[in-house]
Amino acid sequence: MKLYDSVELAARNLRESVLRNSLTTLGISVGVASLVAMLSLGIGLQQLASRRLQRAGLFDTVVVSSRRDLRSFSREQETEGPAPAQSPELDENARAKIAALPEVVEAYPDLRFIAELRFEDKPHLTMIAGLPLSSKASDGFEGMQGRFFSGDDAHEVILQKMFAAELLGKSAHNPDEINVKEIAGPLIGKQLVLRYAERESGNGGSDSASYSVISRELPLTIVGVADLDPDSMRGNFRARLFIPQKLIEGMHAMQAYESRDSTHATSNQPVYSTLVARVSGAGKVDSAEQAIKKLGFNTFSILDATKSLRRFFAILDLFLGIFGSLALTVASIGIINTLVMAILERRREIGIMKAVGASDADVRGLFFAEAGAMGVLGGVFGVLMGWIIGRAINFGTNIYLVRQGFSREDIWTVPLWLIGAALGFSFVISLLSGLYPASRAAKLDPVQALRYE
Amino acid sequence: MGSATIRAVDGITLAVEPGEFIALLGASGSGKSSLLNLIAGLDSPTSGSIVVGERNLAAFSRGELAQYRRYAVGMVFQSFNLIPSMTVLENVELPLRFAEVERSKRGAMAKDALERVGLAGRIQHRPIELSGGEQQRVALARALINQPSILLADEPTGNLDSRTGTEVMELIRRLNESLQMTVVLVTHERDLAEKYAERLVSMGDGKVIGDQSNPARTLARGES
Repeated sequence: MKLYDSVELAARNLRESVLRNSLTTLGISVGVASLVAMLSLGIGLQQLASRRLQRAGLFDTVVVSSRRDLRSFSREQETEGPAPAQSPELDENARAKIAALPEVVEAYPDLRFIAELRFEDKPHLTMIAGLPLSSKASDGFEGMQGRFFSGDDAHEVILQKMFAAELLGKSAHNPDEINVKEIAGPLIGKQLVLRYAERESGNGGSDSASYSVISRELPLTIVGVADLDPDSMRGNFRARLFIPQKLIEGMHAMQAYESRDSTHATSNQPVYSTLVARVSGAGKVDSAEQAIKKLGFNTFSILDATKSLRRFFAILDLFLGIFGSLALTVASIGIINTLVMAILERRREIGIMKAVGASDADVRGLFFAEAGAMGVLGGVFGVLMGWIIGRAINFGTNIYLVRQGFSREDIWTVPLWLIGAALGFSFVISLLSGLYPASRAAKLDPVQALRYE
Repeated sequence: MGSATIRAVDGITLAVEPGEFIALLGASGSGKSSLLNLIAGLDSPTSGSIVVGERNLAAFSRGELAQYRRYAVGMVFQSFNLIPSMTVLENVELPLRFAEVERSKRGAMAKDALERVGLAGRIQHRPIELSGGEQQRVALARALINQPSILLADEPTGNLDSRTGTEVMELIRRLNESLQMTVVLVTHERDLAEKYAERLVSMGDGKVIGDQSNPARTLARGES
């Protein structure tokens, strides 16, 4: 018998006992739905964790230093490559080379210095750092009051909340005591004046190593207050006052290391102590590091934590999958039961079919088609149900998160492959469930079957 | 309770000529239906052989037997054995599905067969909506659809009143005569057998106890 005939006859048989077959199909749907809901929760959580890690910027960053800097991060590397004295400077030239690497999204110098600033005629001493515009996406700025820099060289400043409190004359030992919203109000839009030492290159022509130090003042507008942790592992955030990266680069502020390294300077160009290279993904850190080392620099990065995260989630997904599959296993027993009952009920019909020429394979195919049809239908409804359950979980969780003062998060994701896999799995499980009833039906003795009333 | 071996059909030697109309007569339990099932390829003998044409059914695999049932024999039963969930047309078409006949040809073939049994007008009805005689005619149309050379009829009039029984038997006789179809009729009604069969084979306890030609019928056939 041809496949479409088997499918047509199967569909007719399924319609004949519509209630029982619908209930069996519903059983499969519940099984598939639980599988889809469990796995999509696992996948969603994994994506959420990866997203958070990515936004934290911890694992996609390579810190580059010159081998001339003998305090460099990994001393064992110094035995390889050129000797420190012959190794290249970490200057604009090096920055351009690093930025041009395929894995690197951007490379910028880590510039920070201690400066005095005046706010409402009171002096304050603090650490200032530059931030590129790409930092805006970082989770460090979640819940920031005000806004991020309007441009890469805008005369604007974002304050760390403890420092903002200090400007207002409030002191607190515990950062949690300070409410960003409360302290941002009186500060945003106000001006402060930064006083710093500018390094001006000497005019001595060939004598490029000479420079003078000039005191400068720069008025800046406060545009934001953020809950950043000045003691965090993230180099960028280890300051209390932030200005745009281009602005800080253009200031040529005297860096602490410059007086020490002045004898090495071979050009008028600024020479940096460290560069930050942002890589296109955590997985690319290793190859980026290798490429940067080849250029003659030392590198440092935090180990790719997403690897162990992926392993953890693979195990979690496995367990969630097993739990989800349990319901499908119960459903498959339902299919076996339904089909075995169908054999009893349709014994005579099977006998008639055999009497008019149906082979064992035809009868087997018919029962397989019935099992498969229930599997496909159950799969489709199951995926739909799983999707709705997931949406509901997402909706409920987001209401809870918002009430707790957190931002909305998608903790549940159904990728296309999961839909395909769930449908395929449900179909295969149904066929496997149909194996025993189908072979039992095929082996029926036609004479006995025809006698059955 | 023990497991005693019952020989439903035992030591039978019977030759049927192509185009012959024979009747297997006997009381209930005489083995006539068992013999018919063996000829139909629904059952296999424990020993001996059943030769149809040149081929021995006893040596057939299950698959070969299914093929034989599909193309070589048509069967009608006392209880019609139509599938109640299918329409008349679908019941008649059923053997064509197993024979993998193209879908486009099936409808016309089934209608042809139904026309031959005089039921062209009721193709979309369900078996339950038909009278017993009509149901048996549908079964006959189904038996004929693959143009088999042998028609096996197991008490075809057993569930019919005498008038519809006669109609069905007349139909079988016409098929036997017009298509030169071999007919093996199982019945316990001697009158019916004598009226239609050329040869009467009597059975008892699984054995052939009488085998005689039916002169009245042979003569009538010769005259026609």
